[in-house]
Amino acid sequence: MSADTMLGDRQKLAYIAAQAADARLNVELETEGMTLNIGPQHPATHGTLRIVCRLDGEQVVWAEPSAGYMHRGYEKLTEVRTFPQVTTLVNRIDWLGSFANEVPFILASEKLMGIEAPPRAQHIRTILFELSRIANVGLFLGDLAVQMGAVTPVFMAFRDREYVLNLIEGATGGRFHPNFDRIGGLKDDLPKGWIDETRQVMRKLRGFCDEMETLVFGNEIFQMRTRGIGVIPKEIALQYGLSGANLRASGVDYDLRRDQRLPMAWDKVDWKVWTHPDADSWARCWVRLMETRESTLIVERLLDTMPAGPVMAKVPRIIKVPEGEAFVATENPLGEMGYYVISKNDLGPFRVKIRSASFNNISVVPWVLRGVLVPDIITILASLYFILGDIDR
Amino acid sequence: MSLLGIVIPYWGQSLLRVLGGTVAVLLPAGTIVYLFLFKMMSFMQSRLGPMEAGPYGSMQLFAEVGKWLQKEDIIPERADRTIFKVAPLIVLVSTFLLVAVVPFGPDAYFTNFDAGVFYMLAVSSVSVLGILVAGWASANKYSLLGGLRAAGQLIAYELPMVLAVIGVVIQAGTMNLQLIVNEQNAGSMFGWDGLGNPYILTQFVGFGVFMIAVQAELTQTPFDMPIAESELVSGYMTEYSGFRFLIFFIAEFATAGVFALIASVLFLGGWGVPFSWFSWHSIADVDDWMNVVGPLIMFTKMMALVFVIMWVRFTYPRFREDQLQRFAWKALIPISLLNIMVTAILKVAF
Repeated sequence: MSADTMLGDRQKLAYIAAQAADARLNVELETEGMTLNIGPQHPATHGTLRIVCRLDGEQVVWAEPSAGYMHRGYEKLTEVRTFPQVTTLVNRIDWLGSFANEVPFILASEKLMGIEAPPRAQHIRTILFELSRIANVGLFLGDLAVQMGAVTPVFMAFRDREYVLNLIEGATGGRFHPNFDRIGGLKDDLPKGWIDETRQVMRKLRGFCDEMETLVFGNEIFQMRTRGIGVIPKEIALQYGLSGANLRASGVDYDLRRDQRLPMAWDKVDWKVWTHPDADSWARCWVRLMETRESTLIVERLLDTMPAGPVMAKVPRIIKVPEGEAFVATENPLGEMGYYVISKNDLGPFRVKIRSASFNNISVVPWVLRGVLVPDIITILASLYFILGDIDR
Repeated sequence: MSLLGIVIPYWGQSLLRVLGGTVAVLLPAGTIVYLFLFKMMSFMQSRLGPMEAGPYGSMQLFAEVGKWLQKEDIIPERADRTIFKVAPLIVLVSTFLLVAVVPFGPDAYFTNFDAGVFYMLAVSSVSVLGILVAGWASANKYSLLGGLRAAGQLIAYELPMVLAVIGVVIQAGTMNLQLIVNEQNAGSMFGWDGLGNPYILTQFVGFGVFMIAVQAELTQTPFDMPIAESELVSGYMTEYSGFRFLIFFIAEFATAGVFALIASVLFLGGWGVPFSWFSWHSIADVDDWMNVVGPLIMFTKMMALVFVIMWVRFTYPRFREDQLQRFAWKALIPISLLNIMVTAILKVAF
């Protein structure tokens, strides 16, 4: 399937103009609206996000997300933990792809300490990172359909995600919260037979992507519900600080895996960054589908080029991070996730600021929901794809 | 009326009909829920479904009913109490009214009168009333949106349904459902009467439109915008709990069964077998054993049609409400009007 464009620039501008006109019309007519609270308890918000919508009939005049119902204070909690203990906390931020949360923090700490993980550890880290992307986005592909009323695909997503979770469990011992990354490398090497099994599972997952492409993306009703809905043009996406697949679906060719130098193994293999020019819900879903498929290829190619050697660099037994500040961001399943770590030459960090992707991604909600119909709220939110833990931290 | 040589008084006949109606509504509903909602859906989704209650979970439905009956009957504080309580019953009544005209055999029917099709189309919209008042009386914004969506949708899809049935009525030349069955089974195709003349062969367009409209009338996916569990929580049923929810639930699946029965009467030959097999010529010749076999045939056809309805339900995502209105007015209604025209022309020509 190619990135065929359905919307020209003129159509996108017309969409924006129509949204603005609708909103204006409602103000002028002063029709009596109603305020609908979607959430905090609502089946479509994956947790406890609340969206306050001002409705005129079924049309949204004004919408605002209200986060904070699941705030767990991780930034503060890190200050009373030692560096190795922080990974346990940050695992829980994006709970569907938890290994990916550990990596940027560990990389930032390593940067402060001036050490680098050995090549084999970098490879395994990258593989597990991509596996957590598959576990995360694979579920999105099924969840997408359930938001639109098709109940079956989500079970297929859960079924095939299980294989990936088994792999992560096999390598790390934890299904959801691996806590496997260490400053200077990894806790362990891969178990025996893991590489062959991973190859099989990656083939299976590509089959799952094909299945979703025909079952969900090929469905006419799905296309009617997503094409041309929730357009976020390039400029708006950049202004609101969107990242990840949401940004790439707006036609911005930006992927931190490729665009920055990190001690990770992405630059060791060939792969493609998928973008889509349409910037609508369809484009966001499509980019994620292609990325999942690309991730399976990345994993296979990394397995082919796996170097031998130790998985742990020489680090002191008690880790004390020298004074300094470091910011490292990676391209997580949900988008750009970064940790700004300030250390005062102590056992634990002095202050950690977590830049999580979903928080910025839903900041565009008031803009994009203006003028849409109530059913489209759900499809747009589903296509923006947030995890509540990643919003509230 | 006499049964097995015993003359039954009028009150006895009425009692029999009431019991028969209850069975005709509840038995299909229970079977559909267990076979399709519990088991088929699970198999499609790579799960087993209920397995613990009874063999292969066959008693699960009774467990569920028991659970619902035990639950507290919660009525929201600001709800319109009387209307809130009555609404599920209105929806269920529509199902019972519908089943009254469905013939199950040469003598096995509840009532048989000439305006059967007309009556059926009229009472099928009683459920809209129940849904609308349920949405309004709940004093809940989600319920209100769901109720209004349901009203808009059901009224929009009533029309293609009526128009689809008109083709059958033109071809049969009668609105009596029993006679429509007779016409199909006593009829012949180009002089060959081995299969009778089920109207699905000539009215296939009407059948397609009718089944789509039924899907929408039942508010099943892809037309389940009024319930839309991912956006409106549960639409007009949001505030209902306990046995009132159970009544909505039964009504949903019983109506699916009854609409499938009606579709099989109108398009698939109803309870009959092609009359030529036993050299019958009309309903008057049909042997009495058809009163036993007929309901079984109807049940089989109903299950086949409900299978299709549920298959679509478990596979498709849902339309947006403006899209489904557009689909009704711009696609289904013109198609069914064209169908009526062609049917009428052919009827006059041959």
